Amino acid sequence: MRLFRDLLRDVRFAVAFWVLCLLLTFAALSLFSPYDPTRWGQVPRDLRPSAEHWLGTDSNGQDVFWNATFAVRNSLIIAVIAGVVSRIIAVIVGMVAGYRGGSWDRALMFLSDSLLVIPLFLIIVMMAMLIRASLNLATLGLLLAFFGWAWDARLIRSQILSLRERDFTQTAILSGTGTLKLVLNEYMPYAMPLIFSTLINNMAWAIGLEITLAILGLLDMSIPTLGTMLYWAINYQAILLGRWWWVLTPITLSVMLFIALYWLSVSISEYLDPRTRVQRVGA
Amino acid sequence: MFLKQYLIPRLIQYVLVILLGITAVFFIPRLLPNDPVLRTIAEMRARGAYLEPGAMDKIISDLQQMYGLEGSWFDQYLAFWGRLFRGDLGVSFFQFPTPVLDLIMTALPWTVGLLLTTTLLSWAIGNLIGGFAGYYADRSWSRTLDAIAMVVRPLPYYIFAFALLLLFAYLLRWFPVSGGARLGMRPSWTWPFIQSVLWHSVLPALSIFILSAAAWFQTMKLVVQNVNAESFVAYAKLSGVQESRIVSRYVIRNALLPQITGLGLSLGLIFSGALITEIVYSYPGLGTLLYNAIVNGDYNLIMGITIFSIIAITTSVLIVDLMYPFFDPRIRYM
Repeated sequence: MRLFRDLLRDVRFAVAFWVLCLLLTFAALSLFSPYDPTRWGQVPRDLRPSAEHWLGTDSNGQDVFWNATFAVRNSLIIAVIAGVVSRIIAVIVGMVAGYRGGSWDRALMFLSDSLLVIPLFLIIVMMAMLIRASLNLATLGLLLAFFGWAWDARLIRSQILSLRERDFTQTAILSGTGTLKLVLNEYMPYAMPLIFSTLINNMAWAIGLEITLAILGLLDMSIPTLGTMLYWAINYQAILLGRWWWVLTPITLSVMLFIALYWLSVSISEYLDPRTRVQRVGA
Repeated sequence: MFLKQYLIPRLIQYVLVILLGITAVFFIPRLLPNDPVLRTIAEMRARGAYLEPGAMDKIISDLQQMYGLEGSWFDQYLAFWGRLFRGDLGVSFFQFPTPVLDLIMTALPWTVGLLLTTTLLSWAIGNLIGGFAGYYADRSWSRTLDAIAMVVRPLPYYIFAFALLLLFAYLLRWFPVSGGARLGMRPSWTWPFIQSVLWHSVLPALSIFILSAAAWFQTMKLVVQNVNAESFVAYAKLSGVQESRIVSRYVIRNALLPQITGLGLSLGLIFSGALITEIVYSYPGLGTLLYNAIVNGDYNLIMGITIFSIIAITTSVLIVDLMYPFFDPRIRYM
């Protein structure tokens, strides 16, 4: 609790925290939606915002406000799946590379360096193109997780490298602690803050890619996400026709989401360790 | 020593990365559950692609060769590389029978022009301003810039480019909405054409520039703040060296080293970002070519763009990395 109070003193953290709370509430509202998000033509098309339809309606005959609640929820689900699964990969790779060292280290770091250099966006497009038919929230999350661990595995590895040099490592080994136990019980607590701040960054990355893939028409367009909402708005020329409420809703929501996630991660990592700010804000 | 410890491992890594990337491109359609040839054709049909009679047979045999469905996987793999070495990326389906490589070469100058100028400018300007902002971290202009970067930095390329497009092209109508030059203009080295090209590239260039400059600004500012704390800076100050000299000669110079490594590592991301930005503005480069390929279900073209980009990006990263010794005497004299 003290930690939380300290963090709230940072304006960025406070803003990010409340904005995220707001967005989570918004996403939770989807549970009470009077409309089915997968069905079209439930309300009159292209209405301006009014008391009945707070954010108007779109050309598919859906209520923009309620559709947006589903969009935020689904985008967050994709982000959480991608973030958590890629964290597991990153932690395993980082810890094995950092602790085992030697040829394991070289092989794993070569792999992650390659993932950083190769234009992954294109590889992801290639894969999405082939499995589009079976691309739902979970599979998209897993696809992104599979490619999203490289940079963070590097960060975790360097932290493990420095922990391995500390005295307590020797003490633990000499007193007979097994490798697995040493890594899980002794190293994990140190690595946790780093893992958490990379999780937030990774979630933002996943949402950004989800939006991009949706715009390219590579997702199932009947599932409302921030990306597919924008896709339909652009597809129906909402900008030219002046339907600003339809275009601006997903844009505003995603800008809020990206800034909130970023500020949260920056303020947390600065609070935890001001000296390594560089690594975490890094390119 | 330099050769043995730096250059040769780096070159080996370069070859291995290309090998790995292209091998991945080879295996992706084979490891996925559905038959790539049938899948591609179904995809094209679903999108109502118009095909001349006879074209379909050529496409099927082309696809079978490209996915190399004859012989064992190893034979297929060798045949795949054989084609690549001959510079043969197959033909495009949606602009049948133009070779993929020709389409890429037509689009390439646009992307290279956009990418080269924005990457170099944003790196130089972002680092310069970031360097000064880090040295004078408590001035108000430094804080203002930092606040702006905090807002801009997290936005993904798509959203940022789209927001600029809405604001400057639709709302204010200062810049054209899409394209690389005015419609109907033929590429030539005449002043009206060049003017039109520059005019159309302002918004795409600006959105890539601002996003990456904000990133360089932030990292540079933090690095400089760390360098500032080192004793050689305190010593220089105490010995009465001019402030401007300290910043430009000592502080920024030292802080630039990690930024060069950073440039190499982030080229792949910047490139992907540029493709996405091009799509937003329908800028006639590789990004828009990719978009057309996706919309028309042209898997061959997507694969060609991917293979080409893997080679182009890893080579650019190699060039950046090989320049490193010119800036870091510790490696040069190793």
